[in-house]
Amino acid sequence: MLTSYRYRTFRSTAIGSAKVIPRKQTAGTVLRMLNQHSTPVPARRRRLGTALIAIAGVLFALWATISAPPPAHAADGDPYRVSGNVQLDGAPLPGIAITVDGPGGVQSAETDADGKWSVAVPERNADYVVTLDESTLPEGIAVVDDTGADETPNVREVHVGPGGRVSVNFFIGAGERHTTSFFDQLVERIINGLNFGLMLALASIGLSLVYGTTGISNFAHAEMVTFGALMAYLFAVVIPWPIWVAIPIAVAASAVFGYLLDAGLWRPLRRKGLGLVQLMIVSIGLSLVLRYIFQMFIGGGTVQLPGSVPESLELFGSVRLTIVDIASMATSIVVIVAFAIWLQRSRIGKATRAVSDNASLAAASGIDVDRVVRIVWIVAGALAGLGGVLWAYFRPGIKWDMGTSILLLIFAAVILGGLGTAYGALVGSLIVGLLVEVSSLWIPADLKYVAALVILILILLFRPQGILGRRERIG
Amino acid sequence: MDILQILSNTAAQILSPTTIGFVLAAIGLAVHFGFTGLLNMGVAGFMAVGAYGFAISILTFGLPWWVAAFIGILAAVVFALILGIPTLRLRGDYLAVVTIAAAEVVRLLFLTTAFRPVTGSADGLSGFHTDFRASNPLPQFSGNVGFGPWSYSRDQWWVIIVGVILVVIVLLFVWALMRSPWGRVIKGIREDEDAVRALGKNVFSFKMQALVVGGVIIALGGIVTAMGTNVNPNVYVTSQTFYIWTALLLGGAATIFGPVLGAVLFWVVRALLSNLLPALVNIGALPFLSGEQSQMLVFVLIGLALMLLVIFRPQGILGNRKELTFVK
Repeated sequence: MLTSYRYRTFRSTAIGSAKVIPRKQTAGTVLRMLNQHSTPVPARRRRLGTALIAIAGVLFALWATISAPPPAHAADGDPYRVSGNVQLDGAPLPGIAITVDGPGGVQSAETDADGKWSVAVPERNADYVVTLDESTLPEGIAVVDDTGADETPNVREVHVGPGGRVSVNFFIGAGERHTTSFFDQLVERIINGLNFGLMLALASIGLSLVYGTTGISNFAHAEMVTFGALMAYLFAVVIPWPIWVAIPIAVAASAVFGYLLDAGLWRPLRRKGLGLVQLMIVSIGLSLVLRYIFQMFIGGGTVQLPGSVPESLELFGSVRLTIVDIASMATSIVVIVAFAIWLQRSRIGKATRAVSDNASLAAASGIDVDRVVRIVWIVAGALAGLGGVLWAYFRPGIKWDMGTSILLLIFAAVILGGLGTAYGALVGSLIVGLLVEVSSLWIPADLKYVAALVILILILLFRPQGILGRRERIG
Repeated sequence: MDILQILSNTAAQILSPTTIGFVLAAIGLAVHFGFTGLLNMGVAGFMAVGAYGFAISILTFGLPWWVAAFIGILAAVVFALILGIPTLRLRGDYLAVVTIAAAEVVRLLFLTTAFRPVTGSADGLSGFHTDFRASNPLPQFSGNVGFGPWSYSRDQWWVIIVGVILVVIVLLFVWALMRSPWGRVIKGIREDEDAVRALGKNVFSFKMQALVVGGVIIALGGIVTAMGTNVNPNVYVTSQTFYIWTALLLGGAATIFGPVLGAVLFWVVRALLSNLLPALVNIGALPFLSGEQSQMLVFVLIGLALMLLVIFRPQGILGNRKELTFVK
């Protein structure tokens, strides 16, 4: 028993200071944790009940326009062309006024019965400003910019390149016109960020628990997230059962998946005595294998779970929230609180924390470490699977690499909070979630993950053990 | 099923700029991981920094190609310093997560539409080869010259010659470096950092030097790849890093020729499988797969190979079990 966990004994010499962590101190921590009956549950501090108020309909604003070939009624003989297509939910919007300003002066166009418009322009390699007149849009819809970064999404600057043709797509959707106040945007982003952060927490708690108890930096955790979403798709769409039946089955299937990974792969490898670096690279290989097996089943496209574009509730200002958002946040909070109580109160939860603290010592105190690790894998699988279902609604859509796309955010959250600490993962996830969403108020949407990853690098400079982590883990 | 065509395609892969770039990247990673024990998971980032440094210098600043290549190298040095300062004092897996995150940041910065005029966003960059091709000293010829599957155009031969010369120089350099006192310190750090520190060596500084040296070699790989093809952000994804790791571990991480053998084998096997499997599907030998799925099967097999290698032969084909035991 002790030997099979030899690798968990971290080298306790801290670099630079040659500090040795006294064994007694660690032992004390284990015993203290075993006797602990304190009840702090950080999740409760987040009074999200009061914060569950708003979210933007713009998130689900549809990509409603596609690039279109220039229609036949081109205005005049100018050789180059700026064109586009205005649609709402696939239905063309006729009679929408468009103006194009640039070399050759201001020109106007109106969309035809197919929603298409086109303006001939005299010069290429030049910039044009395309404006969609929102007052000509039907009531209640607008040009939206799901990043929130653009104050005036109905005005676009385009560059006509050497090809002499450019198409301009406006995102039309149910949304407030571009008068959204900064405060409303901020509230939207914060609520979105909390939603995203709670979902991330579900995924990252499992990763952190696995790391804490076995020392594996599991890169295949992302595939456990995808697996949950795929199971939900299997039982809700392919079979098809109602979604409230499908999701619990998906979570159960994910738990079984976690168990199988431990029993079929990780436990034999621990027995074999593989090093932590080797285990990490094995998990990378596993991640590739699983990801492409998923792709063999669902292909490279995106599939949707039922109800992924639901009605939105208007709250105040431009702030909106969908039923799915509310359900998703409520589910996350309930599950996280239940998990915290389990970890804090139950025998096996305490044993988990003890193993996480010092596996050899826990084994010496009579804890069945193998059993704890097995349960940790099951819990991690279930939490990751649920996280995957919620991620499928948040994105929205299921894709073969959907887990991989947030793997680094999960790692960022876990390291930010402190490797191996379950509550640290929660705190880290909420920070990463908020950071990703709120930062997109200022930086382009396609760079929003960058903020979180840069913060990850910066925090390692100043507090490498993370927010709730302990110093001895980092040497 | 045209076996000859499949074998010819496979053989042609050996000298492609992509393979040569892979070889260089694997040698650089061998310096990082095999000799110093640094878990660099940001190989794709180093390659991207080199390739984009090269391409942007030519396209945006109009520099000659060899100055541009030098700037690509310089960019890799800066990237290594930025990565090393926060992480080299920490345990190995921190470096792994931070390098993978930094590589992703680099890719997203090249992918974003905000810098499209310079980086080309998702379309990548092309049309920066004129100056490099003009410096080609080979006599003029048209069409493809060579023998058997290794027939290339004049421009392609020039890339191959530059690439192979670079590989030879880098191999000699790494070989000399690793038998020097500096190399012994580096290997000592891999085996036991604390022991090396006890001998009075500045471990942080040595690790940083190794990170820079390996990073420059990896960036050379990116530059050679860019000389032969276009630069596209979708190439420098995390998977690319994992493939280079597979290639390195296949050949043997702590060896001089291991990365070369591993990278060439990796591409030969990959080219063989991606030609052979669809052909097998076509003749009905794999009834449960479609042509598209058989391409995914290639990647499943690569992942499986990586797992099995690490579990059963972590020292790789050429490695000595005693030399590399995945310390830490």
